Amino acid sequence: MSILGGGILKGMAVTLKNFVGSYFDKERLTTKEYAWKAEDMLPERAGDYPKEEGEQLRDTTTVTHYSRNFPMLLHDKGEPMDNVRCVACQICERECPPQCIYIEKSKDKKERGGNKAQFYPATFDIDVSVCMSCQICVEVCPFDAIVMNSQFELSTPDRFGGLLLRRDDLLKSNDYYHKIHPEEAAARDKRITDEKAAKEAKKKAAEAAKKKAAEAKAKAEAEATAKPGESADTPATEPHTKPTPKPKKEDGIE
Amino acid sequence: MDVKLDGETVVDLKPVFGYLHRNHEKLAENMSYLASMPFTDRLDYFNSMTNNWAYALAAEQLIEIEIPERAEYLRVIMAELTRLVNHVSLVGFFINDLGALGTPLLYAFREREKILDLFEQASGARMMCNYFRFGGLRCDVPEGWLDRTRDVVDRFPKFLDEYEKLLCENEIILSRTQGVGNLSRELAISAGITGPMLRASGVNYDIRKIDQYGIYDRFKFRVPYSNSDVGDCYDRFMVRMHEMRESIGILQQALVGIDDGPIMGNTGKVFKPAKAESYGRVEAPKGELGFYLVADGTPKPYRFRVRPPSFINLTVLRDMCIGQQVADAVIILGSIDIVLGEVDR
Repeated sequence: MSILGGGILKGMAVTLKNFVGSYFDKERLTTKEYAWKAEDMLPERAGDYPKEEGEQLRDTTTVTHYSRNFPMLLHDKGEPMDNVRCVACQICERECPPQCIYIEKSKDKKERGGNKAQFYPATFDIDVSVCMSCQICVEVCPFDAIVMNSQFELSTPDRFGGLLLRRDDLLKSNDYYHKIHPEEAAARDKRITDEKAAKEAKKKAAEAAKKKAAEAKAKAEAEATAKPGESADTPATEPHTKPTPKPKKEDGIE
Repeated sequence: MDVKLDGETVVDLKPVFGYLHRNHEKLAENMSYLASMPFTDRLDYFNSMTNNWAYALAAEQLIEIEIPERAEYLRVIMAELTRLVNHVSLVGFFINDLGALGTPLLYAFREREKILDLFEQASGARMMCNYFRFGGLRCDVPEGWLDRTRDVVDRFPKFLDEYEKLLCENEIILSRTQGVGNLSRELAISAGITGPMLRASGVNYDIRKIDQYGIYDRFKFRVPYSNSDVGDCYDRFMVRMHEMRESIGILQQALVGIDDGPIMGNTGKVFKPAKAESYGRVEAPKGELGFYLVADGTPKPYRFRVRPPSFINLTVLRDMCIGQQVADAVIILGSIDIVLGEVDR
């Protein structure tokens, strides 16, 4: 550096380059957009808040499909409460680091989507003001019932009630999940079907093995006791085949 | 800061903090090991990835676990990207403290934005990533992420060149930072200073080289440090500028070496280590970040302690400021690179 102020001039050349460049070069102007457009889900203008009360939870805004913001409860096709995946096992409530989930288990059991009757959440509240979007609840859920929503405009003028999201606000369909997180949802669905298929295959194999064993036993018994065993044969085998082997995952919960 | 002045000269100084205390350590003792992971993001909210790593390292020492190769590579990539984010914004804030309001900081944030977008694509959040898990990572990066990272990393040196042209020879910066806030080598060592601040005082100490945690032994990189025994603000600034270049070198090597594979080791269902103690430390962008854990055989840690680099580096603020002008105290504080979330925990 020879002349005084040369460094400053050099720096000013850089700023000039940046200033001019910002009109032509996309590299130099990265944060122009407020939120990504995700097809039909964004409001007309960014930051357009739904005005009416109750409209606050409209699925209007989203960012990239990688982002996570707040949990939602998944349900399969059909009436939300008839197809909700949550069985109110309360693992997420226990594991939630800031303790923002409140669940009340139902008194009765309900059958859902062809599975055996299970409990369902009678109350499922999440406090927006406490939740820290950490996704631990999603990770610990063994039923893939809770996933992250990317909707972020959850602010409301109501300090208490408005910030407490109720079960019915949190319920979202699996289709919606596919819309906001296409990659993640596809991977999750694939895993679920794979697990189901594996479970089914295991169940079938176990049943077949049991049947075989029972048959062999019955045969042996029949051979041992000769003729009178035949009438006692059928009722003896039936209770054996009925209790299906419990999947290992549910063991830990109940 | 509680400053006592004689005219314009600082006579005594006391940093006052504690307004951001969140009781992190005690909270962590009352929840499961995994549940503390998102809280570590909030220690040093600029560098959530390295915070995660330090905690994961400490917890992984409690149980025997093998971390898959791909996870190790991704960890290094994330940590070095974090270092870029931290240093680039630190330099921006530092120059901002000097009085250059806006321009350098916004240029820095422009580049930071690109890396934060990468974080969002990988982990779902820009700053509170919560991405590391004991034994690996939470999820794999999406398709095309590595190419995008390569793109960002390859463009970064161009920005650094420009940034250096903008700042490093600027006479105002030179006269405001050189010879200001001297920290001698002896004081730095005896006060337990770590990170770029220690290296600016002429000590060659980098935990990436000493511990070689993760797979840092596979990468070729140099540790920049000052060749004088006394580090001033300009040294601290330049050490960080050079460190960014080394980080880019590591990133380029890692992006070549990374391979497909699993990203999560087998940890079992519940993380429940036997009675043991562990201390995991990483070279966080601000210095040595360590987590000390005492396990007592339950799913919760018995004792949870963080060694925060910001807090310990802050202890020499008084020694550096005494005798300096009051306007320089702000710069000296800026050159330490503190984040109050980590100071107060």
